[in-house]
Amino acid sequence: MTTETLIWLIPLPPVLAFFLIVLLTNKNKALSHTIGVGAAFLSWLGSMIVFVRALGVEHLGEHPFESWIPWLPTGDTWLEIGVLVDPTGAAVLFFVAWTIFMIFLYSVGYQNFGQPRGDHDHMGLPPHGATVEEQGHRHVVPSVEPMYSRFFAFLGLFAFGMYVLVLSDNLLTFFVGWEIMGLCSYLLIGFWYAKESARNAAIKAFMTTRVGDVFMLLGIAYLYSATGTLSFREIFTETILHTLATVPSGVLGLSAAGLIGLLLFIGTIGKSAQFPLHVWLPDAMEGPTPVSAMIHAATMVSAGVYAVVRMFPLISLDAQTMTIVAFIGAFTAIFSATIAVAQNDIKRVLAYSTISQLGFMIAALGIGAYVAAVFHLITHAFFKALLFLGSGSVIHGMEHGVLHTGNHKVDPQDMFNMGGLRRKMPITFWTFLIGGFALSGFPIITAGFWSKDEILADAFGHGHTAVFITLAVAAFLTAFYTMRQITLTFLGEPRTKEAEHAQETPWTMTLPLVILAFFAVTYGWVGIPEHFPLIGGLIPNWFHEFVGGTLAEHPEALEFRWEPLATSLFVALGGLFFGWQVYRNVNSAAEDRLQIPLLKNKYYFDEIYDRVFVKPAIWLAETFVSGWMDKGLIDGILHVFGPVTDRLGSFIRNYFDLPVINRFFGDGSADVTYWFGGKLRAVQTGRIQQYLMFALVVFIAVGAALYFFLLA
Amino acid sequence: MVPLSWFLFLAAALFSIGLFGVLSRRNAVAILLGIELMLNSVNINLAAFWRYGNVLHMEGQVFAVIVFAVAAAEVAVGLALVISVYRKRNTVIADDIDMMKW
Repeated sequence: MTTETLIWLIPLPPVLAFFLIVLLTNKNKALSHTIGVGAAFLSWLGSMIVFVRALGVEHLGEHPFESWIPWLPTGDTWLEIGVLVDPTGAAVLFFVAWTIFMIFLYSVGYQNFGQPRGDHDHMGLPPHGATVEEQGHRHVVPSVEPMYSRFFAFLGLFAFGMYVLVLSDNLLTFFVGWEIMGLCSYLLIGFWYAKESARNAAIKAFMTTRVGDVFMLLGIAYLYSATGTLSFREIFTETILHTLATVPSGVLGLSAAGLIGLLLFIGTIGKSAQFPLHVWLPDAMEGPTPVSAMIHAATMVSAGVYAVVRMFPLISLDAQTMTIVAFIGAFTAIFSATIAVAQNDIKRVLAYSTISQLGFMIAALGIGAYVAAVFHLITHAFFKALLFLGSGSVIHGMEHGVLHTGNHKVDPQDMFNMGGLRRKMPITFWTFLIGGFALSGFPIITAGFWSKDEILADAFGHGHTAVFITLAVAAFLTAFYTMRQITLTFLGEPRTKEAEHAQETPWTMTLPLVILAFFAVTYGWVGIPEHFPLIGGLIPNWFHEFVGGTLAEHPEALEFRWEPLATSLFVALGGLFFGWQVYRNVNSAAEDRLQIPLLKNKYYFDEIYDRVFVKPAIWLAETFVSGWMDKGLIDGILHVFGPVTDRLGSFIRNYFDLPVINRFFGDGSADVTYWFGGKLRAVQTGRIQQYLMFALVVFIAVGAALYFFLLA
Repeated sequence: MVPLSWFLFLAAALFSIGLFGVLSRRNAVAILLGIELMLNSVNINLAAFWRYGNVLHMEGQVFAVIVFAVAAAEVAVGLALVISVYRKRNTVIADDIDMMKW
């Protein structure tokens, strides 16, 4: 099979699994997860083959794997859809395939496959546990998720969306994949739909990303009208890029390229939860944990960054747009890092951390550090998926403890209820530690260090001092809250009985953790800068060479500078040290001095949006549209029209319909016909000879008349 | 040779007699007889026109033969109807058979 054919086939297994599960195997949990995981495996396998083949191609950037077919006729031309794997695409495909496959596997354990049915479980609520009797005494164990099959169906559709997006060679199917994921995130966040918070979170996520998507669609439409094509292959040619860069758009003094880039970037802001559309992501934690990992690490939010990465040649044309991108990214990075410091929910900390790390990537793109951004995108996907899955494992272990003690008031996600879990859940602990250190940028060994260091080095090296300082502070905060999280969760002594009875999770959950932990460490080594002291050059900087080849102008390797390296060493180690120092003796939320209301309440963004957007929208709908427009104006007009029409109708009926139509035409013609019939029926005697007589008379008369008039 | 007009007069006379019979006789069988007369008067016309026209063209004679066949069939059906009516109503008087009137 040629590589191109294989690429076409990669997205198919998950979507087939989706339909199979939804339509046929829904009732059978084991079969459904076999299909789901099997499909994820097939896609993974295909992706790996493509990746390996991509490695073997010289100058893949100039001759990427691509294939396309004409799809939709538009006047003289065709809209073409197709697949494209260039170096960046291959690198992204690699991590997407791995994380998606791991998440599928993890879901089997997370949704308690093999456990008994719950005592009181019903659809739309998380499982509550089942009572079992063993050797004479009863105890409560976790129960299987009631909508187990459905979960795998949704995951399958989600995976399909991501593969479509990653492999697209045009903005059209890119956007289709983008929206499929939007739909799936809605379905998955609201998976436990009987919980009101989950429903609200689902709607919030959908609506917020929709704001971005509308702008993105505008951008796509503008791009299409300006160039007549949506294919990356055709857009990223010198002539078209040059035209776009020189034609003014007429808005804010931007060039066409600038405006298109900005509109597309607003889509990214929504999808990647950048300021000011970041509010949906923390709430999305209402979904089951594999969903959080799927949405936050592997797929959806990465898709936002990937959009900017894909459109980089276009976006980078306009300096103004790039400044906005850099500003939004840097601001988001530090802004959400400060919020993460004051959160107590283990998943929420990670959610804000994700927003912050995405800010890093966006900022990197904004300053033109393309390779560094892609590098961080990939390492982040690995370690953040690891952290989310690890936190899910922790929550799972805690839920076990909660079921054991039966005290359901204890929140299994609150870090202040944990502590000392390192002894209870060793695999989870060590992998989480690796993930956390990677996130903090622990020097040399972790992947996060290399990618973050590269961003900082790029910012410093290209003179973006403001971005550099902002990101450095954000990186410090990152290390700080990560260590806070690790300390509160795993170190010290158990703070609750539930934490004492926590339990390690099954192998389906720990195996993905171990595999992801492996990548969270080793993936960084493929991108060690050549000029790094001591170890630089030992392993060639393969990543820079490979991914850099995507761009027309191959970016040059930066010269080594000691300032950014010292900064990144200091912020990582300092942050980790402070985090440990401050929180090792903190035993309750009340003792935590960083629980500032402003940070705890996320700068009141939810409240502000509620006041500014939600409340006015409700007022507009209820008071203005429903009350005034609908009830007052529209109904008022209708109340005038109604009686008038009624009068007119009865007038026509009484003075026209009844006398003229009915009496004259209706009854009149009937009367006439009736009268004639009455008279004529006398002729119908039934005597055959009489009829013949009539016939003869008429014949003679007609004959005579004809003779007289025609012949004479 | 006898002129054509003689044949035509004969046929016309025969036709009128038949017509008179059809219109004036009360017996259904007699009405059928009248119809036969009218049909046969037509046959005379056909034969005469053939003889005085182009003899090599046989249409006139053929047509006459077809009329015989039709007349025979018609009489068969007609008499059957008359017998049927007679069995039902015990009469063959045309004026009494007036079930079809209003």
